[in-house]
Amino acid sequence: MITKKELRHIVKLARLSLTKNEEERFQKELSSILNYVEKLKEIDVARVEPTSHPFGVENVMREDLPGEVFKENLAGQAKKLLELAPETRDGYLKVRSIFEIN
Amino acid sequence: MELTNLTIAQIHQGLIKKDFSASELCKTFLDRIKEKNKEIFAFLQICEDSALAKAKEIDDMISAGQEVPILAGIPSAIKDNILVEGVRCTASSRILEDYTAPDDATVVKKLKNQGVVILGKTNLDEFAMGSSTENSAFGPTRNPFDLARVPGGSSGGSAAAVAARLSVFALGSDTGGSIRQPSSFCGVVGLKPTYGAVSRYGLIAFASSLDQIGPLARTVEDCQIVFKAIKGKDEMDSTSVESSQKRQAPSEKLNLKKIKIGVPKEYFIKGINPEVEKVIKLAIKKYEEMGAYVREISLPHTEYALPCYYLIACPEASANLARYDGIKYGFTANSKFQKPDAKLLDVYLESRGEGFGAEVRRRIILGTYALSAGYYQAYYLRAQKIRTLIKNDFEKAFKKVDLIFAPVSPFLPFKIGERIDNPLSMYLSDAYTVAVNLVGVPALSLPVGKAENLPVGLQIIGKPFEEDKILEMGKLYARHWKLS
Repeated sequence: MITKKELRHIVKLARLSLTKNEEERFQKELSSILNYVEKLKEIDVARVEPTSHPFGVENVMREDLPGEVFKENLAGQAKKLLELAPETRDGYLKVRSIFEIN
Repeated sequence: MELTNLTIAQIHQGLIKKDFSASELCKTFLDRIKEKNKEIFAFLQICEDSALAKAKEIDDMISAGQEVPILAGIPSAIKDNILVEGVRCTASSRILEDYTAPDDATVVKKLKNQGVVILGKTNLDEFAMGSSTENSAFGPTRNPFDLARVPGGSSGGSAAAVAARLSVFALGSDTGGSIRQPSSFCGVVGLKPTYGAVSRYGLIAFASSLDQIGPLARTVEDCQIVFKAIKGKDEMDSTSVESSQKRQAPSEKLNLKKIKIGVPKEYFIKGINPEVEKVIKLAIKKYEEMGAYVREISLPHTEYALPCYYLIACPEASANLARYDGIKYGFTANSKFQKPDAKLLDVYLESRGEGFGAEVRRRIILGTYALSAGYYQAYYLRAQKIRTLIKNDFEKAFKKVDLIFAPVSPFLPFKIGERIDNPLSMYLSDAYTVAVNLVGVPALSLPVGKAENLPVGLQIIGKPFEEDKILEMGKLYARHWKLS
């Protein structure tokens, strides 16, 4: 069973928030899911290599050059992306402070 | 002639013979959507103006005597986790409710170049996480066969749109069964291509080592035409590959007498609905009657595929969904914090807490847990090792047989609300589809009959890049047993 303290720690790591009711519910549900995946411990995997990808992938290298869209209209592209942001100022994304004010 | 019943080839003939115009066809589908979408809710959004403009463009080309591709003027529906430039793309999430796609996905670009008409965007479980389309922030889609039941998921909107003849074909995405399971539940044909066969550029990422885009249609032939149009290497997706010519089965000349079909015994044990089992066994028997050699095989690690899948998909999702921060795009809770001492962290926690639905948060939490210090080896790394064992099972089996036949889902389409309150019971509906994603092989969901008046799909699994072989097998069934 996952404890409330553990759950709160993970929720913060995941940059999420839960309501009080959800905390109760998630604690139960996550515990039952974790209990279910315990099944994987039945198998001895000491000599097995992990698979991260269905087929062996290799790095795909290319010259670090701007693509066509950026060559043509860098300002236009940047504007298009900035327009998607909830808050901007002077062509920058606006964020809250990250340091404590003493 | 009912325009909404035609196949792609029939529409193409009709258009070039001028029996009807692309505009007429488009209007017919738009009218039908307006009539039916209220009860089925397959579409989140209709692109009426751009659809009619594209149809007119195709009509002008035909009038001018120009040759047009087979997909020109064909009405389609796109799952709302695939970007269409200038059109809202929500992934059925509040966090992307007002997000307008700045670019086309590669698959969309390819379809547009073929002259395809995009009717609208279809409903899904939020971020493709679910098996019933009930996890959509905008409401559930209903199964056209029985409105009290789910269409499956996560591509439930796409499957319901095709089944209800609201579109000729649709695109979906499949991370653990999200094309095949709704195809089975709605009685349509759905293809999950080999990992890497189709570019993922412009698909909103869920689990990057598992995600694939694929077609859903009413006939195998239609699925094949769409697959041919969307596949291929793309420089915008470094995991995409060009399937080499020699890997392709010679089309139309599949000799069934030389085909060996393996039926994994582990897919017919506890948990399967006996009515589903009957329909699947009968379909396999029909292939035997047509001349195929059928034998029982074993995929010994089958029972570990589902827990393995969740311990790989959720960690990948927790990393992929970190980009929704309430700052770059999408929903933000920033305005809630007027006080100057509010911190960036508060904005993250509130934006993501409010923007993501319950199932998405559940999976991000599970994924974060499985990757966190002290648990990484016990969960994530162990799952990756078991993924190797599951892959070995399939590689061994494919040395003995050409194709693997199995049910798509152990269940029939269930009632709306029946499983939504128990996440684990919902996950079980993907027990027979997730292994295919872990291994990366292609698989087709083929409607082969009904049980309790609800559709049942047969899963035909092939070797990597042998989509043509599984599609030809599907066609043989349809030809011999006249699927309606």
